[in-house]
Amino acid sequence: MREEMSRDDRVFVMGEDIGARGGVFLATDGFYEHFGEERVIDTPLAESSIAGIALGAAMNGLRPIAEIEFADFIYPTFNQIIGEAARVRYGSKGSLSVPMVIRAPYGGGVRGGLYHSQSVETFFAHTPGLKVVAPATPYDAKGLLKSSIRDEDPVIFLEHKRTYRLVQGEVPDHEYLVTLGKADVKMEGDDVTVFTYGLMLHHCLEAARQVAREGISVEIVDLRSIRPLDNETILSSAKKTGKVLIVHEDTKALGVGAEVSAIISEQAFEHLDSPIKRVTGPEVPAMPFSPSLEDVFMPDSDRIVTAIQELAVY
Amino acid sequence: MGDARLSLPVRKAAITHISSDLATQISMTERFASDVIDGQRLLDLYRRMVLSRTVDERVWMLNRQGKAAIVASAQGHEAAQMGSAAALRAGDDHFYIYYRDLAVLVGLGMTAKQIMLGFQAKAGEPMSGARQFPLHGGYPQLKIVNLSNVVGTQIPQAVGSALACKMRGQNSVTICYFGDGAASVGDCHEGMNFAAIHKLPIIFFCENNKYAISVPLSKQMAVDTIASRAEGYGMKGVVVDGTDVTPVYQATAEAAALARAGGGPTLIEAVVERYLPHTSDDDDSRYRDKDELEEARKHDPLILLKERLMDGGILTEQIYEEYLREAKREVDEATDYVEALPYPDPNDFFEHVYAYQEGESSL
Ligand SMILES: Cc1ncc(C[n+]2csc(CCOP(=O)(O)OP(=O)(O)O)c2C)c(N)n1
Ligand SMILES: [Mg+2]
Repeated sequence: MREEMSRDDRVFVMGEDIGARGGVFLATDGFYEHFGEERVIDTPLAESSIAGIALGAAMNGLRPIAEIEFADFIYPTFNQIIGEAARVRYGSKGSLSVPMVIRAPYGGGVRGGLYHSQSVETFFAHTPGLKVVAPATPYDAKGLLKSSIRDEDPVIFLEHKRTYRLVQGEVPDHEYLVTLGKADVKMEGDDVTVFTYGLMLHHCLEAARQVAREGISVEIVDLRSIRPLDNETILSSAKKTGKVLIVHEDTKALGVGAEVSAIISEQAFEHLDSPIKRVTGPEVPAMPFSPSLEDVFMPDSDRIVTAIQELAVY
Repeated sequence: MGDARLSLPVRKAAITHISSDLATQISMTERFASDVIDGQRLLDLYRRMVLSRTVDERVWMLNRQGKAAIVASAQGHEAAQMGSAAALRAGDDHFYIYYRDLAVLVGLGMTAKQIMLGFQAKAGEPMSGARQFPLHGGYPQLKIVNLSNVVGTQIPQAVGSALACKMRGQNSVTICYFGDGAASVGDCHEGMNFAAIHKLPIIFFCENNKYAISVPLSKQMAVDTIASRAEGYGMKGVVVDGTDVTPVYQATAEAAALARAGGGPTLIEAVVERYLPHTSDDDDSRYRDKDELEEARKHDPLILLKERLMDGGILTEQIYEEYLREAKREVDEATDYVEALPYPDPNDFFEHVYAYQEGESSL
């Protein structure tokens, strides 16, 4: 963000506590001092208007990055994002556009309870006109965020809270972009393909290392971008292994896994050697607080290992 | 014709300042109190009001003939819409309008043809390609935005537009139109609060016709005026007689000057009448008294302005007849032209979902 704000003076950030506090997760640490309060706007606690004002500013030539403090508080913005931002280009027949990014820390495993743990990607990914991105590694986060900021359409940029501290990785200082809508094969393999994104990528990698000791070769595809999905990569990997597992933390019914599975069923059915499997969050309305309860919700590497083993022997 | 520079007097009660004025606001008020719209300009506004009314009556008729799917009439709102638009700089200032703002568009110079394309949803409709209801979409040539049917949604967006003007160092003002019903929406509060905090160059222009479809003001709020809320946000609030173009113009000009001078937003409440049902789909006999409507009709902004211009010797019967004829001619021509046109080509159906076609790099 810092690089993009330095590069393009139309880019600015707005949100709650992003000024002197530097954001509750310190994403804008030092921005206030460096760019000043005009471009680092501490907003009132009013989510709908954070999205609505960013939208209006984007239509009028700026490139706002609006932060929703926690994705759990994004619901008041639904009207502005799904009802408005997504439709601006279509509803003006191309005469207006919304180059804005909505950043939102999401996801569980952080003892956040019902209101600080949720996954919200599906709500937005259902909506044509929006792009939805969920990076899993620091490298991808930088490249995808830069691409999102430069994109001409509204992007929902979801950052898994647990990856902020848990995951470390190389981030080059130099300029690079990661294209939106392109999945990334994070591990190559032959027996089973696992499609995943966000924090779950790391559990999948761990699971793959475990089953490798049993001689099962796993290919892991990090979707990275949930809308648009990278159908090409999805289909080619599914065809290659013929066995597909989809892992996400979000709940199962009508989730990202359902869509990925449908794409494969529609376009690569004859290449499959087994039914498609999903490991996902369970069908409760939100992630509970107590560790014992939260653990029931969060998919982990053990559950993924079991699913991979079942597929391998199918 | 009379003295074209004649300044017509404003009725004393027509503008009420609500909030306690800051020093700068007082000086602005004084400066503009003398800056009354001149006679020639009023005459031109009257001509446009006649055109707007003629379009309005025509599209309502087309609806009854089954040729226009939905109409929200501006009849009774014209002075508020025209007077405010006239006080701003067409092409420079940003207009966030809502579905009832036909006379804003006519005031800004859109033609009967352009407008009627929307009511009949025909190919070439300029604001959304007839993807949206009439008057909706965008018209960047005149910086007009009207995206949503979700009441009140445009308010934070207009605030964002004003924020962008300020950040980009532009001297443009954004005006945001909405109804009394929209004033109850949470987004209205959020938007106004933000605009006041940052002293943004925006005018909140509420067309208070005293109804949100059927719900009367008494069931929408416990205070007497919407403008009284302005003080709670730390901005200026004004109530004007919205059936009279002069005070509307004056209040808007003042608000625009204040905004351009960095003095922040103003909430203008223009009290207007809605002569027809909420939309062509509504039946107002279920909730509105005949007598009340009759009384309202006595304050018809067109009659009021006509009398004023006649009294001032600016308008003559002859000019009046000519305006009517000219408006009818333009609207007849537009009706025939639009009727003969096809609906939009469905081949364009998938265009403009994203800036770039799927698969193509957007970078
Ligand atoms: C959020 C929302 N709720 C309900 C409606 C249905 N609706 C359309 S217009 C309207 C009344 C709006 O009244 P007001 O803001 O006073 O504008 P007016 O039509 O009187 O000019 C209602 C309830 C809507 N479009 N959006
Ligand atoms: Mg109303």
